[in-house]
Amino acid sequence: MGSASSTLTQYDIEDVQQHCNNLFSQQEIVSLYKRFCQLDRTAKGFISADEFLSVPEFAMNPLSQRLLKMVDGLNFKDFVIFLSAFSAKASMPQKIEIIFKVYDSDYNGKVTFKDIMEVLRDLSGSYMSDKQIEEVLIKVMQEAGYSKDSSLLLDDFVKILEHPGLKMEVEVPVD
Amino acid sequence: MVMISQRNPLSSSTSKMSKLTTSSSELDLDRPNIEDYLPTDSIPQPHAKLRLRDLLDISPTLTEAAGAIVDDSFTRCFKSNPPEPWNWNIYLFPLWCLGVVVRYGILFPGRVLILTIGWIIFLSCYIPVHVLLKGHDKLRKRLERALVELICSFFVASWTGVVKYHGPRPCARPKQVFVANHTSMIDFIVLEQMTAFAVIMQKHPGWVGLLQSTILESVGCIWFNRSEAKDREIVARKLREHVEGYDNNPLLIFPEGTCVNNHYTVMFKKGAFELGATVCPIAIKYNKIFVDAFWNSRKQSFTTHLLQLMTSWAVVCDVWYLEPQNMKPGETAIAFAERVRGIISARAGLKMVPWDGYLKYSRPSPKHRESKQKSFAESVLLRLEEK
Repeated sequence: MGSASSTLTQYDIEDVQQHCNNLFSQQEIVSLYKRFCQLDRTAKGFISADEFLSVPEFAMNPLSQRLLKMVDGLNFKDFVIFLSAFSAKASMPQKIEIIFKVYDSDYNGKVTFKDIMEVLRDLSGSYMSDKQIEEVLIKVMQEAGYSKDSSLLLDDFVKILEHPGLKMEVEVPVD
Repeated sequence: MVMISQRNPLSSSTSKMSKLTTSSSELDLDRPNIEDYLPTDSIPQPHAKLRLRDLLDISPTLTEAAGAIVDDSFTRCFKSNPPEPWNWNIYLFPLWCLGVVVRYGILFPGRVLILTIGWIIFLSCYIPVHVLLKGHDKLRKRLERALVELICSFFVASWTGVVKYHGPRPCARPKQVFVANHTSMIDFIVLEQMTAFAVIMQKHPGWVGLLQSTILESVGCIWFNRSEAKDREIVARKLREHVEGYDNNPLLIFPEGTCVNNHYTVMFKKGAFELGATVCPIAIKYNKIFVDAFWNSRKQSFTTHLLQLMTSWAVVCDVWYLEPQNMKPGETAIAFAERVRGIISARAGLKMVPWDGYLKYSRPSPKHRESKQKSFAESVLLRLEEK
């Protein structure tokens, strides 16, 4: 177990549960706390980027740097709020919102052609040239009715991804 | 969450990754292909037209990342699992306090005394033997071997070690090597008290390093430095030389390369399995009921770890000497290593995970990420061609 000796009181658990809109059960929050303390090896109250990267499965993920920007330095409450989008009880718009946030790296509420290209670059690495990515993206965007200069808003994402929906669930192990 | 069942890992389901060929020359050949164990990536159905939706849907990749944040099998291998506290009520607590007094006040000094006596006896015999019998190598070796076994027995006694050995005792024959799962440096002491093995170990600093360079040198130990990449070839050569020599003590290797918490096994390094020797597996399982014997080297020094053992009630463990294995015709060193790992894990009741223990000290190689990127790129380009 992590080095944190502080335990979670019932008040803390209820507070966190409220903040994540009851998307996690109390047992799941306790498990997440244990995990949080395990990753936060120096008991600072947040998990640093380095500590996230010490999980090999996370470090190998092509989107790890983008996610790191979203989770680096979060305290436990915000950590749970972030993960709540991955709960089975979370709504589709909530899940789509987190995907939107991954694309919208400058947090201006708009996802441009350039933003999407950057994510595709992360996902394909050196195996697709910029030209190829641009080509593919222009083609599919035109077919969906968008041009190279359009910016996508959250509503656009919802419209595109809502049907047939997506499966993005993580199970929190409860001892 | 990543686990593998004990099946032949190399009967890789390449059909699962039908269009996505990963040439093995790109991947590190030191360990099995990790992609065979990890969940399949975002592979949209091939032969369906590519739409904007498919490119924007990064949910599989995100799910994997979030899953790794919530729980991952690698971190679980190195989690200390102390025995459950039982002193939680008003009747048991005074009993526990009495226990603490006995352990620290009576047992600990007694054990320190035993260990001190042991060292005095050992040194007073070892030094004369080492110095005076310089000319009579055979006799000197025999005596030094017996003395090392003696001091290890003293160590084991100093933790009130109750070790049950199962199976035929190792014998010194050429062309054989012993492998065991690794939980703590005390594994070596527990095994050494029965047979004087030569072992290959990471060179440690401090008093342990001193012991390594003096006494353990006499049983024929080989040192390496994890952080030196070039070391590998030198070590491989030394291993081969030792195994082929007639007069050397049997060689003990811990192929995991690092201490694991005795609930899991991480991947075995293939070095021990490509020496052309018979591999004799040894399984060690500690009974957690008295003390957790896992040496969490991130949390405590070896000295602290030993002191913790000396102030516990007992160290109880089982050692099984298992049937010697030979490489099957057509089997690669990695497959052989995995097979032996399966045998040891089955005997000691450990779960196998497909991780390299050295990831404790370094980041995963970029090749894993690259292979995911390659599969993604290929699937997009393929689907693009579908009209």
